[in-house]
Amino acid sequence: MIKSSVGRKMVMAVTGAGMIFFILVHLLGNLTLYSGPAAINAYAYALHRFGPLIWSFRLVMFCMFMLHLFFGIQLTLENRAARPQSYAVRNERATTFAGKSMVWSGLLIGAFLLFHLLQFTLQVINPGIAAASHPDPIGRPDVFTMVVLSFQRLSYALLYIVSLTALALHLYHSIQSSFQTLGLNGERTFPVVTVTGRVAAIMIFLGYAAFPIVIYMGFLR
Amino acid sequence: MILDGKCPSGPLPEMWDRHRKEMKLVNPANKRKYRIAVVGTGLAGASAAATLGELGYNVDAFFYQDSARRAHSIAAQGGINAAKNYPNDGDSVARLFHDTIKGGDFRAREANVYRLAMVSNSIIDQCVAQGVPFARDYAGYLDNRSFGGAQVSRTFYARGQTGQQLLIGAYSALSRQVKAGTVALHPRSEMLDLVIVNGEAKGITVRNMVNGRLECHTADAVCLCTGGYTNVFYLSTNAMGSNVTAAYRAYKKGAFFANPCYTQIHPTCIPVTGDHQSKLTLMSESLRNDGRVWVPRIKGDRRSPGEIPEDERDYYLERKYPAFGNLAPRDISSRAAKEVCDESRGVGPGGRGVYLDFADSINRLGIDKVRERYGNLFDMYEKIADENAYRQPMRIYPAPHYAMGGLWVDYNLQSNIPGLFVLGEANFSDHGANRLGASALMQGLADGYYIIPYTIAGYLAGTKPGVVGTGHPEFIRSVEECEGTIRKLLSINGKRTANEFHRELGGLMWEHVGMARSHEGLTSVLKRIPELRAEFWENVRVPGGEADLNQELEKAGRVADFLEFAELMARDALHREESCGGHFRVEYQMPDGEAKRDDEQFCYVAGWEFKGAGTAPELHKEPLKFDNVPLAVRSYK
Amino acid sequence: MDLTLYVWRQSGPGAKGRLEEIEARGITADMSFLEMLDVVNEGLIKTGREPIAFDHDCREGICGMCSQVINGVPHGPQEKTTVCQLHMRRFKDGDRIYIEPWRARAFPVIKDLIVDRSALDRIVQAGGYVSVHTGGVPDANAVLVPKADADTAMDAAECIGCGACVAACPNGSAMLFTAAKVAHLAALPQGRAEAARRVCMMTEAMLKEGFGSCSNHYECQAACPKGIKVKFIAKLNREFIKAQFSKKSE
Repeated sequence: MIKSSVGRKMVMAVTGAGMIFFILVHLLGNLTLYSGPAAINAYAYALHRFGPLIWSFRLVMFCMFMLHLFFGIQLTLENRAARPQSYAVRNERATTFAGKSMVWSGLLIGAFLLFHLLQFTLQVINPGIAAASHPDPIGRPDVFTMVVLSFQRLSYALLYIVSLTALALHLYHSIQSSFQTLGLNGERTFPVVTVTGRVAAIMIFLGYAAFPIVIYMGFLR
Repeated sequence: MILDGKCPSGPLPEMWDRHRKEMKLVNPANKRKYRIAVVGTGLAGASAAATLGELGYNVDAFFYQDSARRAHSIAAQGGINAAKNYPNDGDSVARLFHDTIKGGDFRAREANVYRLAMVSNSIIDQCVAQGVPFARDYAGYLDNRSFGGAQVSRTFYARGQTGQQLLIGAYSALSRQVKAGTVALHPRSEMLDLVIVNGEAKGITVRNMVNGRLECHTADAVCLCTGGYTNVFYLSTNAMGSNVTAAYRAYKKGAFFANPCYTQIHPTCIPVTGDHQSKLTLMSESLRNDGRVWVPRIKGDRRSPGEIPEDERDYYLERKYPAFGNLAPRDISSRAAKEVCDESRGVGPGGRGVYLDFADSINRLGIDKVRERYGNLFDMYEKIADENAYRQPMRIYPAPHYAMGGLWVDYNLQSNIPGLFVLGEANFSDHGANRLGASALMQGLADGYYIIPYTIAGYLAGTKPGVVGTGHPEFIRSVEECEGTIRKLLSINGKRTANEFHRELGGLMWEHVGMARSHEGLTSVLKRIPELRAEFWENVRVPGGEADLNQELEKAGRVADFLEFAELMARDALHREESCGGHFRVEYQMPDGEAKRDDEQFCYVAGWEFKGAGTAPELHKEPLKFDNVPLAVRSYK
Repeated sequence: MDLTLYVWRQSGPGAKGRLEEIEARGITADMSFLEMLDVVNEGLIKTGREPIAFDHDCREGICGMCSQVINGVPHGPQEKTTVCQLHMRRFKDGDRIYIEPWRARAFPVIKDLIVDRSALDRIVQAGGYVSVHTGGVPDANAVLVPKADADTAMDAAECIGCGACVAACPNGSAMLFTAAKVAHLAALPQGRAEAARRVCMMTEAMLKEGFGSCSNHYECQAACPKGIKVKFIAKLNREFIKAQFSKKSE
């Protein structure tokens, strides 16, 4: 199956869909931030009690990510090679900026993900506020304080918003694209899937971008 | 010489079966030793190459386009006939046979036409099995529509793209054989000569149009499926590349050219707009099912069609041919259009056009139904003519469309040169002096799928395979000749382009050898063509080199052949002192303007033999006998 | 009207090409685009220059031979129209028109605007057919095909194989072409038996010929002169998935 470019795209669509699912769950979990330190710290603490499960989940996510990255780059290179000479004038009528910049938005998301993991999972960027070494009053890692203190700095807030824009662009194209690639599109569902996918991309962006904005503006402290 | 069509004896319905039983076969293990060259990949060529390949022969398929799927059969819009009688409206093999003979104005060979009608049903079965998406009704059964020259609905269709779908069916069968290794494709290859060794066809010389190389290809039999020659009129509904070269070069090598004057002028085409025009576009005859043809009653009436009241319109086809009305056969409809335009009642710029009006049908069926039936044709009309035919009538005018004449073949589709077979439009055999709508596709596929596979075996069984190599002196001579012509064309370096000569020739032919021909006109054109030809060879300008892709050189070679062929065509038209089908001599008409046939003197096929440049060709006759359909005046009233 | 053309000129397959500026004078609105080029070519020949080589044949929009990218759009600005059916009334006096060949690795340029599209033929040869022998088939009405299925098959079968989808695709992919053939035959009972095998063979051939893969830009649909829809690509993908679970794909 993966010998075929159609098969490889399907792997991308499935892994992409898996990651979108994770993004949604992650967003829901993060919403506990709005309920204050007690809620999110409890949530984080609860998650970590599933030790082996969380590690197998992380492994699955890692595999999905690597497959997606590998095939994404490989297919992009193949696609570039399929048009060695470009047009002097090209007038596109259907594609979008998001569609054409998939590989770049994808790589940006990858870089951001690395930073995000270093910052909030491994907590090595600012050891001074690392949740693991700074328990809250009842002894749980103080995730709330770590996050809030981070986003109070303009540079981090901006970095997150820029990276989330890349994510939004990626999703803007890829949600409908994955439906098409998996053959889940028909003539009637096509426009619905396209619009829903785009709206979902924007909603996800707004949902995530709200955290740095709200915190930086001082609404959450 | 009296030409012998080699028709089997006995009653018509049994002829083909008995002939098949009596013909010799080639042993399956021996088939791959034989090499067959198929030139052209239209319906006839593609179906023949695919079927012969499947049988185990080694087939080489040559075509000038870049893909075998592009031959001009693809442009046929309306449909394909078969005597299935699915609508239960009285059709039968005998009726299809009768309609075709009568439609051809009693100038076709009975045995061939009967066989055509017999295999017509198998063609539909075959195409459906290949995945041709014919129109269906809601229950899933095949749909039919009616076409000119018949009172039954026997035409199967795939939207307005029947030819395309049938050709893609044949092309996919061909592709399957390419994969299987039995057929080798030679795209962008133009046949320039037929090679004959000891009186038998043994190969062809082709020009590789990409690098200009002349290539020899040996074959134990050659099938010419190269279509018709109507581009002799310059403007026609044929593709730009359609040409007479392969057939004409075979003629020059001794194959007889039969009935070259039988050309079909199709009644429903978009009128000419100007001198720059490169081709004419057909609007399917099926439009006449729901469109009504009319012109103003008053001469020179320049009002817009909507302003002309009903009683000032002349629905001349319905008036003159009440039984068939707007579905009168093509030759009759075309001539009627010319008549009213000659009376200064034509419409549109230049007055060379008649209206094809859908207003009644739109009222009766609703615009959606009309759109469903003809949407693509209306769109095409709008693109070209910039008019919306849902709101105002289309303007149409006849245009050269099909060649009934072609190389002479016997019942086995073999020319007078053993080993040279001619299929489809390139031969003369089935349509007589006029072809009915939806019959060309039927004939092309009948020849390719169902006839040549049997008859070619009959020839090959008596031939030793592979006896001639490309080193044979005849091949060397052929290449030298072709090379000589090419170098000559490139060296003239005159002032006029090949296209200009072609346009001038076309104008002459349309004027004098078109819809109405006269002794005077034909004589004058026979004097003018050699002059034009002489000028061509002194004043044509062909840029570029020979070892290159050179489209002007290709064009010039084709025009050179048209310039010779045109003379043969005019000569045939002059000799045939009668009117029949597409051949209308103004001297020979009934008082009411209908064609006046002369069965006493001209009930024969005229086969012309090349006798050398500058010498008149020799006429050979194949008498036509009508044992099954009584010779009668063709009436559609 | 008078126009300025910028036409891709390339003397041969390996040669280096360039855009050449050519004036087109005395063009009328009722000419087709190719007739405009005819007029230009006649002028070039008369002035001792080499005419522009371009593919064309039927000139009624069905053979699929014509293939030019006009101002960055395959087949030019008019929707669902081949170059040969594009008329000059779409342009105005003084326009600058860029004319380039189809560009894809799988379509090497032969000369000027002419490219080699035999790769598309090879995709069909890989399986774009029903493996039926001539003769020995059932009556045409023996297998019923519901009208909706016949219509779907016909929608897909309208493809003229011009390659505009490849020319338009940012990835030089032949997915729409391949999908149209797969969907045409998959919609009919006659084509079902080989559907699994066909989709595998044809997509494999597509990759082998050096076409890119589909990343759902839908430029192909916008460029297709016959209005073939990308829903057929979804159909191909469904067929591909089905084939993975079918023994018949071998």
